[in-house]
Amino acid sequence: MIEVENLTKYYGTLAAIKDVSFKVEDGEILGFLGPNAAGKTTTMRILTGFMPPSSGAARVAGFDVFEDSLEVRKRIGYMPETVPLYPEMTISSYLNFVASIRDVKDREEQIENIMDTCDIAHYADTQIGKLSKGYRQRVGLAQALVHDPEVLVLDEPTIGLDPKQILEVRELIKTLGGDRTIILSTHILPEASQVCGRVVIINKGEVVAEGTPDMLTAELQQAERIFLQVREPAPDTVSQLGQLQGVIDVEDKGEGSYEIACALGTDHRAEISSLVVQRGWGLLELRRVGMSLEEIFLQLTTVEDEEQYEEAA
Amino acid sequence: MKNMIIIAQKELRAYFASPIAYVVIAAFLAIMGFFFWLIVSLSREASLRGVFANMAITLLFIAPALTMRLLAEEQRSGTIELLLTLPVRDWQVVLGKFLASLAVLALMLALTLYYPVLLLRFGDPDRGPIIGGYVGLLLLGGSFLAIGVFTSSLSRNQVVAALLGFGAMLILWLIDIAGRLLGPPVSDVVTYMSLSDHYFDFIRGIIDSKDVIFYLSVMAGFLFLSVETLQLRRWR
Repeated sequence: MIEVENLTKYYGTLAAIKDVSFKVEDGEILGFLGPNAAGKTTTMRILTGFMPPSSGAARVAGFDVFEDSLEVRKRIGYMPETVPLYPEMTISSYLNFVASIRDVKDREEQIENIMDTCDIAHYADTQIGKLSKGYRQRVGLAQALVHDPEVLVLDEPTIGLDPKQILEVRELIKTLGGDRTIILSTHILPEASQVCGRVVIINKGEVVAEGTPDMLTAELQQAERIFLQVREPAPDTVSQLGQLQGVIDVEDKGEGSYEIACALGTDHRAEISSLVVQRGWGLLELRRVGMSLEEIFLQLTTVEDEEQYEEAA
Repeated sequence: MKNMIIIAQKELRAYFASPIAYVVIAAFLAIMGFFFWLIVSLSREASLRGVFANMAITLLFIAPALTMRLLAEEQRSGTIELLLTLPVRDWQVVLGKFLASLAVLALMLALTLYYPVLLLRFGDPDRGPIIGGYVGLLLLGGSFLAIGVFTSSLSRNQVVAALLGFGAMLILWLIDIAGRLLGPPVSDVVTYMSLSDHYFDFIRGIIDSKDVIFYLSVMAGFLFLSVETLQLRRWR
């Protein structure tokens, strides 16, 4: 279990994270989502004991990350964003180094298991410096897993991989969940919604939203959106649609397409279709539009930006 | 203790996986072999005093090459993030790395042991100065390496680390000259701080606990500063 309370970190006078709080339950895979420089890496570095927070506290498996740093480090497997590899070492000697510092029992057997899990066994005696990016990423993951940790902290684990490798790594992470608590940072939205049970969105050092991908969608849907396409739009289509009861806004998307915003929790497709038929515009398509996490994310970040511009102006 | 040894072993392997250790050892042996031959054939004396004096200066040039990589490269490549999030204490990391460089130094010095063997075979050298010289070299070399570890903690750049280290070693080696220009009591303090002043007792065959303690405190001091630098980096 990971508990983060009011975590704040200053670099000089610049706050990298401000008052960040969240909780990760046992066995949960939490997505830590945010654009670049949002404070994801800083948070993870504090969790893993690489740097202390300026204020606030974080506990991993009940141990304070600052007071009981060594106890926390024993229980965490950490894969930093820049995968920490020694190019002159072979995969097996590298894993052996990490495993012996971590005091792993039955070291050789465990290392072989991990190499199988991460699919790097056939390169066991290859120097890390000669491996491709994808394999290095897997060695980094193997390093984080070698002591079978209860908590796994992965900072952008799929960055720089090709699409096939990305899918493989995501599958691997999903299989690792269940008995482990995983926190995974990413700026790729589909990754968070595919892999994670819950998502914390962080922007400019602050948590802006938190919940399951579905919950976030519901929370952020300020209006029900309906997509409409007709064959022969009339000049007054927009105003006619706007006069329907419950319709908040109509947006002309061109070529007879419209996006209609209705009050939350209502469904006006029947009224809309009868209006279209009545006027003889020729109904081609009529459907509700769900919001993807991607849109939520865009909205979260861009709306904030606009507000800030307005404040500044 | 166990963690320190694991880190020292890893560093030792790194030394011999790259050309650094071989090049440094080969250069040292070539230079010293030349001096040994030159000094012994010119002086016709079964003594290593001149060789030891030159060995110290050669170490001054070679020690930065041994230590420059130790912490600077970890910081440049980001592996420091692994090292400092493993369940090891910062001092175990620093001490492990220092011990690895000390082991290379010891190996290097061991490879020169054929000089005294030759002298014993063909002459009758005074044993005291030879034993004292090797003890002194190990202590002096250890101090150089500790300074080098410290400057390696200051930079991500190996060249910067090496030059800073060389500068610091040279100043502490020559500082007794400055002592002579200043009157007592300042001169006493400055001369005491000199790395060279304490070394010449050893070459004369005197192993004085005062000198041993001096070198051990220099090592402890600079290694302590290295640990502090690492910890300071965490706070930034």
